[in-house]
Amino acid sequence: MDKVNLSAGVQGNTMTKYIRTLPETHWLTRLRRAILHGDLPWKWIIIAAALLVMILILAVGEMLWRESVDARTTFGFGFLTPTKDPSWDPVNDEFQAWPFIYGTLLTSIAALILALPISIGIAIFMAELCPAWLRLPLNWLVELLAAIPSVVYGLWGVFVFLPLVVTPIATGLFDVFGSVPVIGSLFTGPVPVSGASRLGAAFILTIMIIPTITAVTRDVLLAIPNSQREASLALGSTQWETIWKVLLPYGLSGILGAVILGLGRALGETMAVTMVIGNSIEGSASLLRPGYTMASIIANEFAEAVTKLHSESLIEIGLVLFFMTLILNMIARLLVWNVARRTPQEARI
Amino acid sequence: MTSTTTTISRFQKLIEKNQVIVSSRRKMTNAIMLSITGVMTLLAIIPLFWIVGYVVFKGGQYINLDFFIHTPRPLGMEGGGVLNAIQGTLIVAGLASLIAIPPAVLAAFYAANNPNTPLGIALRFSTDVLSGVPSIVIGLFTYAVLVKPMGHYSGFAGGVAMAILMLPTIIRTTEEMLKLVPHTLREASLGLGAPEWKTSLSVVLPAALNGIITGFLLAIARAAGETAPLLFTALGNERYDLGLIVQSGIAQKQGIFEIFRRVFDQPVDSLPLTLWKYAQQPYPERIEQSWAAALVLMIVILLINIFARLWVEYRKRRLQG
Repeated sequence: MDKVNLSAGVQGNTMTKYIRTLPETHWLTRLRRAILHGDLPWKWIIIAAALLVMILILAVGEMLWRESVDARTTFGFGFLTPTKDPSWDPVNDEFQAWPFIYGTLLTSIAALILALPISIGIAIFMAELCPAWLRLPLNWLVELLAAIPSVVYGLWGVFVFLPLVVTPIATGLFDVFGSVPVIGSLFTGPVPVSGASRLGAAFILTIMIIPTITAVTRDVLLAIPNSQREASLALGSTQWETIWKVLLPYGLSGILGAVILGLGRALGETMAVTMVIGNSIEGSASLLRPGYTMASIIANEFAEAVTKLHSESLIEIGLVLFFMTLILNMIARLLVWNVARRTPQEARI
Repeated sequence: MTSTTTTISRFQKLIEKNQVIVSSRRKMTNAIMLSITGVMTLLAIIPLFWIVGYVVFKGGQYINLDFFIHTPRPLGMEGGGVLNAIQGTLIVAGLASLIAIPPAVLAAFYAANNPNTPLGIALRFSTDVLSGVPSIVIGLFTYAVLVKPMGHYSGFAGGVAMAILMLPTIIRTTEEMLKLVPHTLREASLGLGAPEWKTSLSVVLPAALNGIITGFLLAIARAAGETAPLLFTALGNERYDLGLIVQSGIAQKQGIFEIFRRVFDQPVDSLPLTLWKYAQQPYPERIEQSWAAALVLMIVILLINIFARLWVEYRKRRLQG
C-alpha cells in the first residue's frame, strides 16, 4: 500500500527520491510514512485545536492589556484605588474606576451571602433527602433557572421584581438599619421609588448564581463515599448531624470552590444587573441607592465612548474584570478538582 | 426478672437526668433543619415559575403574526415586528456554530484521548476557566480584534464573539460523549488497519454523535440568549432585512458573493439586543414588543433545553437497560 502511494503523487521530487534510497528504519522514512498514513497531521491538528483554547485566554488578556495602554499610563494605580470623591468625566477626560469596582464587589458579595444558604439547602435536599424520582425533575428545574436569558431576568426585574419585592424590602431595611451607627452607611436612603438599586441587583444576582453553586455543591456531596455517612449514623448521629458535622466538612474545599465559582459568575453578569441597578455614578456607599457595576458601565458606555481615553478606560475596567474572574475561576477549579481527586467515585464538574 | 427491673430503673434515672429530653431536642433540630432545606428548594423554584408565568402572560397579550414578518415601523405607526432581529439571531448563531464546532470537536478528541498528559490537563483546566470569563469581556476582546481593524461592526464579529462563548460548552460535552464510546469499537477499527484519524472521524464520532448534538444544542441555547458580547460587535440594525438584500443583489446581478459580503459586512440585530433596547424606551408599544420578544426568546431556549435533556435521558436509559 505504501509503495502505491509513494509512486502516485510525488514522482519528480528529489527529496522523495532521496528518502526512498534510505533504509526502512531511518527516521525520515518513518516520518514520511506517518504523514502519508495521516496520523501525524491528525495529531498536530488536534494538538493545535487544544492549544487554541489556551491561546484564546492569553490573547484576551494580551489584547485588553494592549488596548488600554493610554489609560494605564495616564491614570496609573489611582484609577483603581478607593477615593472619597471619584470622578468619571468624559468631557474633561478624567476617569476613576472605584465606584464601579465598589458596586461590583458590594452587589456580588451581598448576592453570595444570600445565595449560599439557599444553594447549600437545595444541594442537601437533592443529594441526601429527596426521593430518587424527584431528583431528576428538581435538577432540571434548577438548571432551567440558569437557562433563562439574562435580559429576560432584567425585564422581569424592572417591571415586576423591583416594585413588588425590592422596594418594600429596601424601605424596611432603611427604617430598621438606616440610623444604626456603623452599618447604617450601607443602608442610607432615600430609597428610589422605582426600586432600582444595588440591593435589587444583588437580589437578581442571587437568583442567577443559585444554579451554579447548587450544581457544584450537589456534585461534591454525591461524591462523598457512603462509608462516611454509615459511620456517622452508626455512632448515633441524626441525619442532620451527619450532614452538618460530617458531610459538609468533608466536602468543604469543594463547596468553597462552588462559592468562588458563583462569585465569578456574579462579578461578570452584565445585562440583568445593568437593567435593575439604576446606573448612576454617585459617592454614596449605600446598598439601597442606585449604582453601577464594572460590567454595566462597559455595556452602557462603550459603544458611545466619547474620547479615546474614555474607551481605553472602559477597556481597562474590562481588563480588571477579566483578571478578577480569571483568578477566581482558577482557584475554584483547583479546589473542586481537589475534592474530585480525593474521593474514589467520579465527581466531574 | 431482677435484670429487667434494673434496666427500667436505669432508664428512669436517664429520664431524670434529662438525657432523653436532650435526644428529643436533637430530633427536633433534625426535623427542623431538614425541612428548612426543603423550604430553600421551594424558594429557589418560585422565581422560575414566576418569571416563566409572567413572561408567558405578558408576552402572550402582545404577540401576533406581524411580530414575526415585519421589520420595525417608526414609532406611532401601527404594527411592525422584529423580523430583522430574528434574522440577525439566526445569522449570528449559525455563524457561531460554523466557527466553533470544528475546533471544539477536535480539541475534545485531544482531551478524550489524552486525559492525563500535561496538555490534556491544561486543556480541561483552561476550558473551565474560559467558561468563567464574563461575556462582556469576550465582547470587548472581539471588538479589539475584529471590529477595530475591520473598521465596522458586523454580524461576523458577533458570530465570532458567540463562538468563543460556545467553545467551552461544546468541548466539555463532546469530550464526555467521546469517553462513553466503548474502547472495543476503537480497537476493532485500529486492528483492521485504519489510521487513527479515520477511526476517530468515521467510527468514534458517529457513535457519539447523538450526545454531541445535544451538547451543541445546549451551547447554542445558551449563546442565543446572550446580549453582552453582541453590544459592540453586532451592534444592532433596525433596517436589516435579508430578503431585501438578496432581492437587490439578484436584481442588480451582483452575484452570490456580493450578497454574502453584504450579509457579513453590516451590523445585524438580535432578539436579546432588541429586547434590551426596547425595554429602556419610554414608549408603551416598544415595551410591549420587548415582552413579546422575551416570550419568543424564552420559549425557544427552554424548549431546546428540555428537548436536549429528555433526549440525553432517553439515550442513557437505552444504553443502560
